[in-house]
Amino acid sequence: METEKIMETVRMVSEEKLDLRTITMGISLLDCIDSDSDRACQKIYDKITKKAKDLVRVGEEIETEFGIPVANKRITVTPISLIAAASGDHDYVKYALALDRAAKTVGVDFIGGYSALVQKGYQNGDKTLIKSLPEALTQTDLVCASVNVGSTRTGINMDAVKEMGEVVKEASELDYMNNAKMVIFCNAVEDNPFMAGGFHGVGESDVVINCGVSGPGVVKAALEKVKGESMDVVAETIKKTAFKVTRMGQLVGTTAAKRLGAKFGIVDLSLAPTAAIGDSIAEILEEIGLSSVGAHGTTAALAMLNDAVKKGGIMACSHVGGLSGAFIPVSEDAGMIKAVNAGYLNVSKLEAMTAVCSVGLDMIAVPGDIEASTISGMIADEAAIGMINAKTTAVRVIPVPGKKVGDTVEFGGLLGYAPIMDVSHASSAAMISRGGTIPAPVHSFKN
Amino acid sequence: MRAILTTIGKDKTGIIAGVSSYLAQNDINIVDVSQTIMDGYFTMMMMVDVDDDAADFEKLTQELDALGTKLGVDINIRNQEMYDAMHQL
Repeated sequence: METEKIMETVRMVSEEKLDLRTITMGISLLDCIDSDSDRACQKIYDKITKKAKDLVRVGEEIETEFGIPVANKRITVTPISLIAAASGDHDYVKYALALDRAAKTVGVDFIGGYSALVQKGYQNGDKTLIKSLPEALTQTDLVCASVNVGSTRTGINMDAVKEMGEVVKEASELDYMNNAKMVIFCNAVEDNPFMAGGFHGVGESDVVINCGVSGPGVVKAALEKVKGESMDVVAETIKKTAFKVTRMGQLVGTTAAKRLGAKFGIVDLSLAPTAAIGDSIAEILEEIGLSSVGAHGTTAALAMLNDAVKKGGIMACSHVGGLSGAFIPVSEDAGMIKAVNAGYLNVSKLEAMTAVCSVGLDMIAVPGDIEASTISGMIADEAAIGMINAKTTAVRVIPVPGKKVGDTVEFGGLLGYAPIMDVSHASSAAMISRGGTIPAPVHSFKN
Repeated sequence: MRAILTTIGKDKTGIIAGVSSYLAQNDINIVDVSQTIMDGYFTMMMMVDVDDDAADFEKLTQELDALGTKLGVDINIRNQEMYDAMHQL
């Protein structure tokens, strides 16, 4: 027994808030396709409740046995636009309700996969699903939705970008919380265990267990011990810490998969903050030496952090996947919120940061009277960053009706709270209304 | 399953006695033990053999938690695999 090492693990969990953010079971629904939508929904409910019946129990068992908090147990399914297309229905809300019911029966926190992949164009199912998004999200509690509007291989579907701006706006008018459960992607990944963007890709096994590991507090605590050292030392320290955290994720993931009789998929080592103090990406960047996140140098520090996390994680685990990097959601990070309130962090700086980290403009509350075309403009910009840099980018902006810049909105739970942020007041409308496609970039032609 | 039991807190008489007599009463064998004062705190590590049954492990965790409160220390028990995974290649 090596006392120092044992104590290091004990401290990581008890003081530095190391947790397993999620054990996510991916379930393929391809065998639930039916031309009768009622029969399809029944098959979906039956399959999910059968395959995931022990997910929560096993998650809790692991929590006790390994003494590591498992914040969420979640399910992802095959994009519903593919499953429901055979039905010919003009509205897929009943599929969302079936997912919601199944999630509640097995007791998971979220179910993701009310999704459509339209990076190159729409099939009929995509059109129906996207139109039904505001209603489906309003009528359900646990269902998460995502739409992939672009990729490095295909370019950006600007018709979808235009439509999603309108969908976000419409969803916010029904209930602003709807948009906390919906993500618009470029280069969406098929094994993402995190929400709201998780879905189970068509190339995946029938049932698979993916794990999302967190731990910004652990990285910050490790960096406190190397104050004043060079960036080489900082990067090396982050790498070593990421390695240890990912090893824990691999152990828990493989154990959960074995006990659930499922295939082990991937560990997603993403530094995912929560609104609690000490569980913040902003605080890591500040520990590196910025007086506030948003200062010049933030993008460089974040780029190094994201890369070091990946390097540590890749060595530690047989299969690393998902998004693996650093998340920068505003509402879920106490340090980000503080920086916005102090005037150090704005949407433009966040956009620059998304070019070097693992996701995009995430959990950003904006005034309720924002134009749909402005939201589409934000989606187009993020998709362009993702497309050109061959990385995943996403937009999860939340227009809040009746609120203006400087107000605060409460989301509750892991989603935290957010100050309403200002966006550009210049119009993107004429460009967005062009529609069409932004062609695939030159570096997509690799064959 | 082999587990690591950690006991951390302010030093006082009866901590080792309290923990080890609880383990003896519950027929849990101590395989290895080390104790030191770290940063001014009493720090004890025990390697123990426990039953694989999940329900029993949960009961054990809860009882150790209660014992910790009684003794004024923080007691945790974890599957040893957790420490091996994080610190050994």
